[in-house]
Amino acid sequence: MLQQSRPVRDVQARRRAPWLAASAVLLLTACAAAPKSQAPAAAPRPAAPPPKGLVPARDPYPSTYAPPASGLVAIVNANIYTGTGQKILGGMVVFDAGKIVAVGQSAAPPPGAKVIDAKGRWVTPGLIDAHSHLGVFPAPAVTGQIDVNENIDPNTGYVWAEHSVWPQDAGFERARAGGVTSLLILPGSANLFGGRSVALKNVPAVTVQGMKFPGAPYGLKMACGENPKGRYGARGRTPATRMGNVAGYRRGWIEAADYGKRWSAYDKKAAKGEGGDPPKRDLTLETLSGALDGDLLVQNHCYRADEMANLIDVSHEFGYHITAFHHAVEAYKIAPLLAREHICAAVWSGRWGFKMEAYDGIEENAALLTKAGVCVSLHSDDPNIIQRLNREAAVAQAAGRRAGIDIPDAEAIQWITLNSAKIMGVADRTGSLEPGKMADIVLWSADPLSIYAVADQVFIDGVLQFDRKAPRRPSDFELGQNRGDLTQ
Amino acid sequence: MKPFSTFLAGLLAGAAIAAPALAGPATAIVHARLLTMGPAGEIADGAVIMRDGKIVAVGANLTPPAGATIIDAKGAVVTPGLFAANTVLGVREVNSVKGTDDAKSASSELGAAFEPQYGLNPETTLVPIARLGGVTRAIVVPAPGGDGEGGGGDDGGGSLFAGQAFAIRLAGDLLFKPRLAVAMSFGENGAGGSRGAEIGLLRARLDEVRFYKQNRAAYDRGETRALALSREDLEALIPVVEGREPLLVTVHRASDIRQVLAFAREQRLRVILNGAEEGWRVAADIAAAKVPVILNATADLPRNFEIVGASLENAARLRAAGVEIAIVSPDPAHRVRELRYEAGSAVAQGLPYGAALEAITVAPARIFGLADQLGSLQPGRVADLVVWDGDPLEPRTLPTAIYIDGIVQPLRSRALDLRDRYETGDGASR
Repeated sequence: MLQQSRPVRDVQARRRAPWLAASAVLLLTACAAAPKSQAPAAAPRPAAPPPKGLVPARDPYPSTYAPPASGLVAIVNANIYTGTGQKILGGMVVFDAGKIVAVGQSAAPPPGAKVIDAKGRWVTPGLIDAHSHLGVFPAPAVTGQIDVNENIDPNTGYVWAEHSVWPQDAGFERARAGGVTSLLILPGSANLFGGRSVALKNVPAVTVQGMKFPGAPYGLKMACGENPKGRYGARGRTPATRMGNVAGYRRGWIEAADYGKRWSAYDKKAAKGEGGDPPKRDLTLETLSGALDGDLLVQNHCYRADEMANLIDVSHEFGYHITAFHHAVEAYKIAPLLAREHICAAVWSGRWGFKMEAYDGIEENAALLTKAGVCVSLHSDDPNIIQRLNREAAVAQAAGRRAGIDIPDAEAIQWITLNSAKIMGVADRTGSLEPGKMADIVLWSADPLSIYAVADQVFIDGVLQFDRKAPRRPSDFELGQNRGDLTQ
Repeated sequence: MKPFSTFLAGLLAGAAIAAPALAGPATAIVHARLLTMGPAGEIADGAVIMRDGKIVAVGANLTPPAGATIIDAKGAVVTPGLFAANTVLGVREVNSVKGTDDAKSASSELGAAFEPQYGLNPETTLVPIARLGGVTRAIVVPAPGGDGEGGGGDDGGGSLFAGQAFAIRLAGDLLFKPRLAVAMSFGENGAGGSRGAEIGLLRARLDEVRFYKQNRAAYDRGETRALALSREDLEALIPVVEGREPLLVTVHRASDIRQVLAFAREQRLRVILNGAEEGWRVAADIAAAKVPVILNATADLPRNFEIVGASLENAARLRAAGVEIAIVSPDPAHRVRELRYEAGSAVAQGLPYGAALEAITVAPARIFGLADQLGSLQPGRVADLVVWDGDPLEPRTLPTAIYIDGIVQPLRSRALDLRDRYETGDGASR
C-alpha cells in the first residue's frame, strides 16, 4: 500500500519576516505619540518613522481578487476524486459563498441549493499547476511580449514575476478549459536566482492584482544546470560551469544572511524604540533573506540528481528549505534523499531529451518518487501541457503500472491537485475537496484519467468560470480577431 | 540472384496461403479484436496471419496454416503499427547538442536536394522509446535550413526548400523509403523575407527547373543563362514540377493556405499541408483541392499572428469537410511516443474515433503514397502491428506486443534500463 504523500514542512510556521517586525515598529511609533502614564521617564524620544518605502511594506502589491458571492450549490450524483486520496462513487459536493461545505455520498441536497445533477460524471478539485509561465511568456509570444527571463545577471532576485504577468495571455483561458484553477507563475531559469514567483487564481482579470491568490506565500525561483551556466560565460562572467553555479548560490546566500542580520539588529533596536536609520533596502537580498527566513518558498529548477544533492547541501549550509525541485527529471535516482528532506518534486510524465540534463528523463519518475514517499506534482512549464494535466497523470500512472507500481486513481489525481497546492504553499486553502476550502471544483465529462474526459464546468471560489456549453471568453487579444464561430 | 524459395514465393504471390510450405514460418495472432483500418473494418474476434514480413490473411474464422506460431490475443485489440507523420527520428538525439542534429542543411547549395536519410543513426535511443508508444513507421521531415531561427532566407545562406522527407521503419537500419516529398515553409518562417517575395522566388525557381529540364545539355555545356539553384536542387525539383513528388508545405494562416493552394494549382504541383492551424477557416477550399493536411491536434494557442485562429476544433472541422488529415506527435523527436494520446485528445474535441485512429495509421500512409504497403491490416501489407491491452488511444493502455515487418520487437528502451537500475538500486553510492 502506498503511503499518501507525506506532509511537507509547515510553511505557515515561519519565522517573523523583517518587514513584519518593521511594521510593528511603525505601529509602536504611532502609538508613542499618545501620553502613557506607565512610560518610563528615561525612555528615548521615539524616532520619526522612516520615509515611505525605506522599510519593506508587508504586502506592497496586494491582491484585489474578490470573487462574487456564489450561492449555495450542490453537485449531486457525481463520482468524486477528493484530492485527499479518496474516491467517492455516487457522491455530492456542496459549496456556498465560495467555500466547500460538504463532500460525501449523495444525500438530499440542502434546502435552497441550486442542484447540478452530474449524472455520473466526475468531479475533482480544481487542477493546480505548480510551474507555469503563462502571462510572462504569453500567447502571442511575439516581439515585445516575452517577459520571462531578466536575462542580464545571474542573480536577479530583485524581479517579481507578477510585474511581467500579462493577464490577456490567451493561455489562461485555455488552461481554465483544462480545469486549472490555480497556478504558480515563475520567472525563467536563465539565472541562479531568477526572482519571485507569484501564485494566481485562474480567473479572467484585467490586472495581475485581480488574479493574485490572496495570502499565498511568495516563492524564490532558483535554477541549476545548463541554463544559468550557459548564459554568462560568453559574456566573460560567472557562472560558466556548474561549480560556478554553486559558488554563485553561496555568494548570494552569504550576502542575504548578512543582510538579514543587519535588518534583525535594526528590528530589535526599533522594537525598543531606539530608532536609527534602517539599513538600505536591497530588493535582491530582501527576497533571498525572505527565503532564508522561510517566508518565501524556494522553487528550484534542477534536472540532474547530483546537482539536486549539491543544492540540498547548499540549503543545509545556509539553513533554508527547498520546497520543490522543478523538472527534476533525475529525481528518481535520489528518491530516498528527497523523501528524507521533505522536498517535493514537480515533474513531467513525458518530456525528456531536449538537452543533456534532460536525457535521463523517464515516464516512471512520478511513480517511483511516490512509491518512495516523495510529494510529487505533475507540472506543465508549457501552455499546451497545462491544458491536459489529467492526461499527464494518466501517462505517469500507466508507467507506474508497467513497473509494477500501482498508484490508485485517487492518488494519481493528487499529482495535479493537492501536491501542487503544497508546493505553492496553499494546500490549507485549495487542492482538495474539504469543508472550509476554496470551492475550486471541476466537473468532468468522464473519468479525468481517461483521454476522452474534458472539463464541462470549472468553478473557482464557487463561481462558474468555465462552461463548455457557454460561449467562450476570448482574451482581449483574440476578441474581434477572426475566429469565426469557434466555440473552443 | 534471389534465393530459390523467395523466387517461388514471388511466383505464387496471391496464392500464398495455398502454398504455405514454400514460404517462411507463419505467425498467427488469433482471438484479437482487429481494428484493421482497411476494407475489413473492425473484426470483433479475428485473426491476422503473418509470413515473411507480410500480412497474408486477416479475418474472422481463419484457420492458421499448419506449423504456424499461434498467439492467442484473448480479445486484445490489434491495430496496424502507428505512423508518425512528422518527425526527426534517427536524425536528432539531443536538441541542444548540435553534433547529434542532422535534420537540416546549412548549405545554400543543398535545399531540395538535401537528403537527411544519410544522417540516420540506427542506434538512436529515441526509436525504441517511440516504438514503445506503438509507433512503427515515421516520416522524417527535414528542418528549415539556414542559420537563424525560423527558417532560411533565400539570400541568407538558407534555402526555399528544406530537403527531402523520407520514411523510416522503427527497427533495424531505419531507412524505409527515401524522397517522398520536398519540404518547405511558407509564411512568417518562409524564405525571402516576406510572403510576396517567397511566392516570387518560388515561381522563379520552379521556372528555372522547367527551363533546366528542357535544356540540360546546354546547361552542362555552360550555354544557358545562370540559374540560382544548384544543379543538385534543379534535379531534385524535377519530380516536383512534374507532379510526381509532392511539396510538403508548412503553412499556418488561412490566407497563406489559400495562397499555397492557388500556387499549386497555377504550377500544377501536388502539395501536402503541414501545420495548417487555421485550416478550419478554409476547410472547403482544402477539401476541394483534395489536399491532405498534417496537423497538431492540440495546437490551440495564438502564439503569433499566423495562428490567431488556432483551435482544438481544427482536426474535427477539417475532417468533417472531407479533408484527409494526419495527426502528429506533440514534438517531432522525444515525444513521438505520445502520438496516440494526441489522437485521443482530438476525439475528446469532437473528431470521430475512427478518423482519429486513421490519422495515425492509414491516413499518413495514404498521404505519402505508401498505403499499398503500410497503415492497415490487409493481405499483402507489411506486417507492422501492435497488440494493445485496451483502447490504444488511452494513456493507460500499453502495447503488449509490437511487430515490424513481421518481427516481434523488444519492449525495451534506454529509459526502461534506467528505470530498472534505479527501481532496484544497484549498490552505487548516493
